[in-house]
Amino acid sequence: MKFVDEFRNNEYSKKLVEKLNNISSEKINIMEVCGSHTMAIFRYGIRDVLPANVNLISGPGCPVCVTPQSYIDTALTLSEQGNVIIATFGDMMRVPGKKGSLSEKKAEGADVRIVYSPMDCLQMALQNPSKKIVFLSVGFETTAPMAAITVMEAKKNNINNLFFFTAHKIVPPAMEALVQDKELKIDGFLLPGNVCAISGTEPYEFLSVDYNIPGVVTGFEPIDILQGLNTVVSLISKKEYKISNEYKRIVKTEGNPIALEYLDKAFNIVDSSWRGLGRIPNSGLEFNSEYEDFDALKHFKIDYEEYDGSPGCKCGEILKGKIKPTDCPLFKKLCTPENPVGSCMVSSEGTCAAYYRYHKDTK
Amino acid sequence: MNDKITLSHGSGGTQTNKLINEVFFKHFDNDILNQMNDAAQVDIDFKKLAFTTDSFVVNPIFFNGGNIGKLAVCGTVNDIAVSGAKPLYLTSAFIIEEGFSIEKLEEIVKSMAQQASIAGVKIVAGDTKVVEKGNVDGIFINTSGIGRIYENVNINCANARAGDNVIINGTLGDHGMTIMCERNKLGLEGNLKSDCACLNSLVDTMLEAYDGIHVIRDATRGGVAAVLNEISEFSNVTIALEENNLPLKEEVKGATEMLGLDPLYIANEGKLCAFVPEAYAEKVLNAMRKHPLGCEAVIIGKVTEETGQKVYLNTIVGGKRLVDMPSGIQLPRIC
Repeated sequence: MKFVDEFRNNEYSKKLVEKLNNISSEKINIMEVCGSHTMAIFRYGIRDVLPANVNLISGPGCPVCVTPQSYIDTALTLSEQGNVIIATFGDMMRVPGKKGSLSEKKAEGADVRIVYSPMDCLQMALQNPSKKIVFLSVGFETTAPMAAITVMEAKKNNINNLFFFTAHKIVPPAMEALVQDKELKIDGFLLPGNVCAISGTEPYEFLSVDYNIPGVVTGFEPIDILQGLNTVVSLISKKEYKISNEYKRIVKTEGNPIALEYLDKAFNIVDSSWRGLGRIPNSGLEFNSEYEDFDALKHFKIDYEEYDGSPGCKCGEILKGKIKPTDCPLFKKLCTPENPVGSCMVSSEGTCAAYYRYHKDTK
Repeated sequence: MNDKITLSHGSGGTQTNKLINEVFFKHFDNDILNQMNDAAQVDIDFKKLAFTTDSFVVNPIFFNGGNIGKLAVCGTVNDIAVSGAKPLYLTSAFIIEEGFSIEKLEEIVKSMAQQASIAGVKIVAGDTKVVEKGNVDGIFINTSGIGRIYENVNINCANARAGDNVIINGTLGDHGMTIMCERNKLGLEGNLKSDCACLNSLVDTMLEAYDGIHVIRDATRGGVAAVLNEISEFSNVTIALEENNLPLKEEVKGATEMLGLDPLYIANEGKLCAFVPEAYAEKVLNAMRKHPLGCEAVIIGKVTEETGQKVYLNTIVGGKRLVDMPSGIQLPRIC
């Protein structure tokens, strides 16, 4: 498969591993921010081939994992309203709330449907004129532009039975919160190639300028990740504090101006709560006044109060990279993919799910 | 005959008989069924039989590469075949939603008859129920089957041994991705096609090459990962797979990449995994490659000397990762 097979080349990846083992012997902590990176790192067994001095920390870049529990509980409440179809990405189905999960609500008779794109909701709204469609609009800069296009299309076509329960988040403010955390010592970042494809690399410059932490934008194939690690380890060892782009086939410095324009037209930047990380200034997106009629909370007059977490669940510390899933007392005991306690175990991008599924020492 | 199934087609009267004669008997036609006894009466001349049952509820009912009927026959034939047995007789029970097209029903029945003929089995008994609209999704089919277990063959999922090579007869995930893409109207272009097929003649070919094969399993729901985890548990062995050797069609690779799914966990309906002692692996592999359903057969891994029940993958970068038992349904990710 073009653009995939080349980046899974067996021999070249082994050369990169060899090179990586000879750059530096100092102890280095690198955070991969993105859940897709975490999953790819486990899927290709990359931790196994790293030099002992390079430690990878999994960060908070899984949209389902950082969505606070109050969001799930409110989605469950919405699913109980007659005449409502909940449209959601698959990952959200099994996230546990106080009153079960969307998957359980579906089994009890609620109309909950998995969509692959927010745009699917337009058709759903047209096909079900007597129902109200509520799209669970979560995700980072990667998915928010599609939600923006969808709401604009809905407005243009006078679709008045489609609503969005938005909890979109933007990545750089959360990273700033992490580097300000004194308990964490991050020497460098693997930056999310998918997010940077939209936002460009500029929003990450503060890491090098203000905090002397280098970052490398990279993709999700094994060679992308190994090349990214080579570059970031090399930057750290040379004390060269800059943001480097190793994903140039996809990411431009300026990002995707069309997607950014859509974001700008539909959303305002607001403070937002992240599971485990708390409230982070300017880290969320909310419809602007032009599209507020599509806001599910406003339409259903829901007084939304944010709160977090299940008792005993260490998702917060895991999302910050302070502990590993294997350090959580619930991991593999009370918290499993069949009966997840925290969202990090549910999402296919979640750190706990990655450890559970792929980490060979946890079995 | 009306062109839609009505409740009266399931009431046991004239319409039921008409449907049975004009659709089921017409296509399933064989000496045992034609006796029209309450139970099929068959002579047997062997001691050990393989006996299995399976229900089919696939949506969409018709898909590229097959339909629910083809699936219902192949599924049961394969369960018997991979037990080291020759499939002989099947039964088929239908639960049909009122309003279902009789033309479509006949098409389904026709493909069942066609697959039964390919597999050399007879459909000797059956049942038809019609339920009110909304109570089933179009049509559900159950098939049960029996087969004669070959003498001197001992295939069992507890038989895998250190050194066994793990052979698969072709590409992973074709059926599951076809169904997922058609069901969700993902609009992916390309030739995604279910691999649904009766594997009994392939199994015969393999056993002719070497009748001491330790384990054969068809890798249906849960994909290759589920089957290998079961074998690892029952045989108390560790299985190591080689990522480089996993065969994948370009279309399946593209679709799984896009949806964030792992082909090892995606369903197949015409694939089997065989555990063959190292000394006979090449011989079995060569025989398989001469069979139309085995021409893409490859060795994907082996049973290691390690203790413990686990399945892992040696990745292309030289690392290892666990291939765990699948859990829950495969959910596409957000980004």
